[in-house]
Amino acid sequence: MEDRACTIPHRAYCSPPMNAPDALPDLPFPHRHLLGMQELSRSDIQRILDLSEQFIELNRQDNKKLRDLQGRTQINLFFENSTRTRTSFELAGKRLGADTINMSVEASSTKKGETLIDTAMTLNAMHPDVLVVRHPDSGAVALLSQKVDCAVVNGGDGQHEHPTQALLDALTIRRRLNRLEGLTVAIAGDVMHSRVARSNIYLLNTMGARVRVIAPPTLLPSGIERLGVEAFTDMRRGLRDVDVVMMLRLQRERMQGSFLPSVREYYHFYGLDHEKLSHAKPDALIMHPGPMNRGVEIDTEVADDIHRSVIREQVEMGVAVRMAVLRLLVAGRGNGNGGDA
Amino acid sequence: MVAMPDQRFAYLNARLLDPASGRDEIGHILIEDGLIAAVGPDIFPNRVPDRTEVIDLDGLCLAPGLVDMHARIGEPGAEHKETFESAAAAARAGGVTTLCTLPNTEPVIDNVALVEYVHRRANEGSDVHIRPFAAATQGLNGKQLTEFGLLQAAGAVALTDGDRAIADATVMRRALSYSTAFDVLIVQHVEEPSLAHNGAMNEGELATRLGLKGIPTAAETIMLERDIRLVEVTGARYHAAHLTTAKALDVMRRAKADGLPVSCGTAPHYFALNENEVNGYRTFAKVSPPLRSEDDRRAVVEAIRDGTIDVISSGHAPEDPEAKRQPFEQAAFGAAGLETMLALGLQLHMSEDVPLLSVLACMTCNPARLLGLDCGVLMAGHPADLVIFDPGAPWVVDSKKFRSKSKNSPFDERPMQGHAVRTVVEGRTVFVRRVER
Repeated sequence: MEDRACTIPHRAYCSPPMNAPDALPDLPFPHRHLLGMQELSRSDIQRILDLSEQFIELNRQDNKKLRDLQGRTQINLFFENSTRTRTSFELAGKRLGADTINMSVEASSTKKGETLIDTAMTLNAMHPDVLVVRHPDSGAVALLSQKVDCAVVNGGDGQHEHPTQALLDALTIRRRLNRLEGLTVAIAGDVMHSRVARSNIYLLNTMGARVRVIAPPTLLPSGIERLGVEAFTDMRRGLRDVDVVMMLRLQRERMQGSFLPSVREYYHFYGLDHEKLSHAKPDALIMHPGPMNRGVEIDTEVADDIHRSVIREQVEMGVAVRMAVLRLLVAGRGNGNGGDA
Repeated sequence: MVAMPDQRFAYLNARLLDPASGRDEIGHILIEDGLIAAVGPDIFPNRVPDRTEVIDLDGLCLAPGLVDMHARIGEPGAEHKETFESAAAAARAGGVTTLCTLPNTEPVIDNVALVEYVHRRANEGSDVHIRPFAAATQGLNGKQLTEFGLLQAAGAVALTDGDRAIADATVMRRALSYSTAFDVLIVQHVEEPSLAHNGAMNEGELATRLGLKGIPTAAETIMLERDIRLVEVTGARYHAAHLTTAKALDVMRRAKADGLPVSCGTAPHYFALNENEVNGYRTFAKVSPPLRSEDDRRAVVEAIRDGTIDVISSGHAPEDPEAKRQPFEQAAFGAAGLETMLALGLQLHMSEDVPLLSVLACMTCNPARLLGLDCGVLMAGHPADLVIFDPGAPWVVDSKKFRSKSKNSPFDERPMQGHAVRTVVEGRTVFVRRVER
């Protein structure tokens, strides 16, 4: 296959349609890594989303290959199982022309940290340009980023953050509803253990949306209101007049024991079905980061409602957003190993 | 140096600080054969007696050597973290003359042979007093009691399960009850483990932001409330190792008002730091119990001021870099504290306006009294365990220069004021700070 030259004019990336026309082209992205949404400003987020728009079109064409990251090496380092996110990052890197390699590291419970730092050092010696890292421990990706010279993208760390998920969610909403500011978004389900929820809360607040969280009290983390959300334990009240419903995946191990008495009870009070959804705005979007537990947190019919469910679209946006992130962090930058560092 | 027939030292013109008697005045101290022979402003009305080594302190502070009631040593089992030698070196530099060691070693110090071992090793390796605490339950299993009486006879000065709580209420009741036969102190790690539940930091907004499991303040309050009810039924002497929360301190305040034989301690990080230190996943600020909110930190300061807190211990918990250079939840708990304890105590006096004698009482006579030791006071007839310190000397913590083998200080690179310039154990100078330029 022949790589195609950049068919999108270089300048087009940086003169996004929704921005002021005199936006400066190719300002360096002001962050070395993407570790969380908590550290991104409104303009950072805007810039990623605007650039992502360009890639959506590209991804729908037959020839999807660019040369922006030609010669660059991307390593997807996954200490936790994942197919969707890893595949999405892999495709994103490949479509930008990078050489991508996947590494799955079995994180043994006792030696996690040792494996982490050692692996980071080893990989760093191979001069990658970007590491995409997923790890079961909160803060592990930030720790790793301190030990390597290249850019690091957080692909999900423990219960801390999953920034590219929040970005793809924001892109999906923006394309459907044309804005983020002023929307009311409800995030429902296992908020306590969810990195997706945290990243979305930060992003949506930064972009001027109103955020609600809905969960049984045992799955609402302490001090969540201080993150700038309104917390509800009654789903119908929480869904009243919202523009977007984001469902969270309920981990299987939370379904028994002291967090929740049973799946049946959870579905009854917190599963998204047509009746509960009727409290939201009539055209409210339904989102889910996947993979779904049908009949646990979401009713199958609701999930497959082609008019309202944007769950498959989220997957498509995921590739575009990750391309934007990789391009902003990697293109035009040394990897820190070279003489120009 | 030729030993003199009877060794006599005099420190002149010191600011004598003796919290036990309330003394705070310029004066002198005479030491003979390792004991304090006389202390006060008028002990040399004519002149210093002959054959006395005289040192003029020119206004430097002189206080009883610090009695640290809570230090973890790696020996036996984790000598790479700390040995008796390295701990003693750190203690000397920190002005600590009596060091109580925790039993959570490998193997656990839960039998007479091991207590004797600690005594032997400590005495050959160090010139500060090392007083072991022994385990309250066998192997720290929280089930079967150890031989309290025999352990005490072998030299254990208190019984504790170290950084583990004695969780089972019946076991705790029996431990307290049994301890009354020997009038030995039971020291508890005040944290309900089923509520702390593998938490890594204080529960609340920051833990939620960082995605870390939190330990609620109720874990401390509940355990303390329960223990106090058990003290009521047993009459035992009970000491809460480290209290960190406003609520638990209120519980302690009430229990003391009720006349119960209870006491409590804290460590410098609980009055000098709050949970925000953890931000950025700083594992050096991961301690057990966890750093709490600013309101709780203030409550600790107030409890020292009003005497609710009896003891400030270093909480010394050495860890090697491998145990700390981990994702936060995987990293070990603990902070090195011996070499910063005095300066942080002085900071409490200077920044928070707690009377200097109140601060020093928590680090000298109070722990000595609780443990039945005859040190910690500046009075004739007591051992000449002393610290001479310059309360104004500015310095910056540089953990690389610690005498301790472990460098895990949450205070690294912080400016401090005041440090020990000379440490004396039984009349012998064991540490002199060289003036660094």
